[in-house]
Order: sequence, then C-alpha cells, then structure tokens
Amino acid sequence: MIPAEFDYDVAESGDHALQLLEQHGDEAKLLAGGHSLLPLMKLRLATPSMLIDIGRLNDMSYVRDDGDALAIGALTRHEDVEGSDVLEQHCAIVAHTAGEIGDLQVRHFGTIGGSLAHGDPASDLPTVMLALDAQMVLRSSSGERTVGANEFFTGLFETALGPTELLTEIRVPKLTGGWSYQKFHHRAQDWAIVGVAAVQSNGGASVALTNMGEVPLRASGVEQALTSGSDAATAAQEAAQNTSPPSDPFGSADYRRDLARVLTRRALQEAMGR
Amino acid sequence: MRRISLTVNGVKHDAMVEPRQLLVYFLREQLALTGTNVGCDTSTCGACTILVNGKSAKSCTLLAVQADGAEVTTIEGLASNGEMHPLQKAFHESHGLQCGYCTPGMIMASVDLIANNDAMSDEDIRMGLEGNLCRCTGYQNIVKSVQQAAGEMRSPAST
Repeated sequence: MIPAEFDYDVAESGDHALQLLEQHGDEAKLLAGGHSLLPLMKLRLATPSMLIDIGRLNDMSYVRDDGDALAIGALTRHEDVEGSDVLEQHCAIVAHTAGEIGDLQVRHFGTIGGSLAHGDPASDLPTVMLALDAQMVLRSSSGERTVGANEFFTGLFETALGPTELLTEIRVPKLTGGWSYQKFHHRAQDWAIVGVAAVQSNGGASVALTNMGEVPLRASGVEQALTSGSDAATAAQEAAQNTSPPSDPFGSADYRRDLARVLTRRALQEAMGR
Repeated sequence: MRRISLTVNGVKHDAMVEPRQLLVYFLREQLALTGTNVGCDTSTCGACTILVNGKSAKSCTLLAVQADGAEVTTIEGLASNGEMHPLQKAFHESHGLQCGYCTPGMIMASVDLIANNDAMSDEDIRMGLEGNLCRCTGYQNIVKSVQQAAGEMRSPAST
C-alpha cells in the first residue's frame, strides 16, 4: 500500500517547523515517528498534501525533573519513555504504559507527542494522561499555551491542537500513591480492546478508560463511589456509566462494558496494593 | 523527488526518491535487496524488519526519506565472507523456520534483541519478538534458535 502523493520538508528546528506550518496551514501534517500517521496514509484515510518531518529535532526528546512535575519532550520515543529512570521513580505508570504500546519495532520510532496528537481513543497514553491530569504545552508562532488532558482530546482523531500549533512538551505530576494500567488486547502487539488507568489520590483514585468512546473517558461514577467510601469491587461496577464503546470484530459494545468493569476492579486493586 | 543518501549493508547509496516511497520498497525495488519481505504491509507482522541505526524497524512503516543519512542493515548484510551469521546458522540448525517467509524479519529483530539484552529467558524472547508473527506456528523452534544464537554470540570462543 502506497500513500497518496505529498510534498515533504525537514524541519531544522522547532521554529522552522512552526514557520512551515504557517506556510502550509491545514494541508500539512507533522511527521514525528510516523507510526500512527503513516499507517493511516497508506490506507488513504489521511491524505495530507504536505508532511513536515520533525523526527530529527533531538532537542525535543527528554525527560526532566522540574521540581513539582516531570517534563517530557514531545519527541521522546516510546522506548526512551519506557526506559526513563526519572519516570520510573516518580511517575512509573507512564513508563510502564509506554512499554505496552505496539511492539519493540514500533516503540523504537513512535513518540509520546505523536501518539497523543493522533487522538486515537484506542491508544494507551491518552488515557494515562487523562488519569494523571497531565498538561500539554502547545506552541505556535504567536506564543505558548497549556491545555489539560481533560480538554485536549476533543473527538475521534481530533485534539485541541490548532493547524499551526506544535505539541512540544507533556507535563505529568510526581505520584505518591499507587497506580495501574490494565490493557486487554487480542495479540500482544495490538491496540487495547479496553484499557483502564487508575491513579491513587487522597481518599480515592482517578480512573480513565481506553476505547470506551470517541475520546479517552474519565470514569467519574467510579471515582465518586470511591470518594463516598465504596470498596474497589463495588465502585468498579460503575465503570461503564456514560460510555459509548464501539462494536467491532474484537468485541461488542456490551462485551466492552463488561471488560471495563472487570479491568477497573483489577486496576483499583492493583493501584491500592502498590 | 528528493535526494537521499544512506548506507545499506555498509555500501553508500545516493538516490532520488518520491517522498511517499516506503523504505521497504526502496530496498526491494531500487536496490534489489529482496531478502526483506513485505507481509501484512500494516506494521503488524514484522516480516519487513530491518535495522535502522542499529535498531529494529518495520520498513513498511518508514518512508525512505526518513532514512536519509541512516545506516541500514538488511538480512543480506548479516553474513560475512560466506559465513552465515550465528542467527542464520541457528535458525538453520534448530529448524527455526517452516515456510521461511517471516524468517528475515525474525532474524533481524533477534539481532537487536540479543545486542540489547543480557541472558534472556524463553519468555523474554517471546515478548521481545511480539512484533513478529509466524503463521506456520513455529515459535517453539524460533525461540530455540534465538537461544542457541544468543549463547554462541556471547561465548568468548565465537568472538
């Protein structure tokens, strides 16, 4: 399968990438690792007329301890997120989940920013970012703004990123409590049929769901039940509330609702036991 | 068209490519290196696995222009002076293949796996090769082959 024709340019710096975006506007797509975008282009589900290759901007690949938060450069490859000592120590759910994405070959090229900007509700990192209340740093030629994960994912393959904006950094909190990411998939390398992220907070937990709607969803029914004193197993029964999971060859919507409840129970139990 | 310059199996190549040219088709059709197979063409099966700057990569999901300046190794680049690479030898001796279609990808993924991991359990190898599918269900002997090669590549006698 061959993508439709497009023009291609290599961004030499973040500023250059923004200039090229200004120049080409809505017709352009940024290419980081390409492991989400190229498969769509090969299927001709995406047909950008211009690709701006930001994959060589190595200064956007880092994990930094910024005191009260951790800063992850948008072009940090999954492999490096998975292997980051700083993340392992302070926000291990991100490192763990990066290691659950695709397979080794995919993790060598795919980037955290590319995965988030792609806005696929079946991918794992968006859900984890939602459970963590992560902040996305977006840059354009007119300045920088920060958008919370709860506002970043706006629809199926849609995010708050404007056509001339670049996701430069992801900021995640340092965790003090337990966490879990439960991924249920068909083959080891596959997308989640359903996934559940749980992060312990004082008196409860933040819980978010993968592939239970057009965007990653917070399981607010579960969170409320926990706050009002329910145990994990009881609270997990609320996991499918206000969700609209897809039906596909891997599972019906009903099956996914059931999985969400089961995986939420497992996630809560693991998070609370960690 | 765009000019790229890359090293494949130690040989430098300059070429003009369409930006949409996928790396695997560049290797197969422009350089006639047909040892790298296209299986699923959707970055699932791993038959097209090669090394890009030493890291295993699915060449059906990379553009040739992304490999500009890179060092690429394909299955053709493993043997030296007519001697098979320890992985090629092990796959042959431990019967790590049936139809052989997945084999170049299995071997290239294993080169990376062995280089980056110390002693691996069978389970580690299975997880490490999660991105490579064998439809002959020959995983048992594939794991055996990788173990055999890993042992040989690490023993001082072979170096």
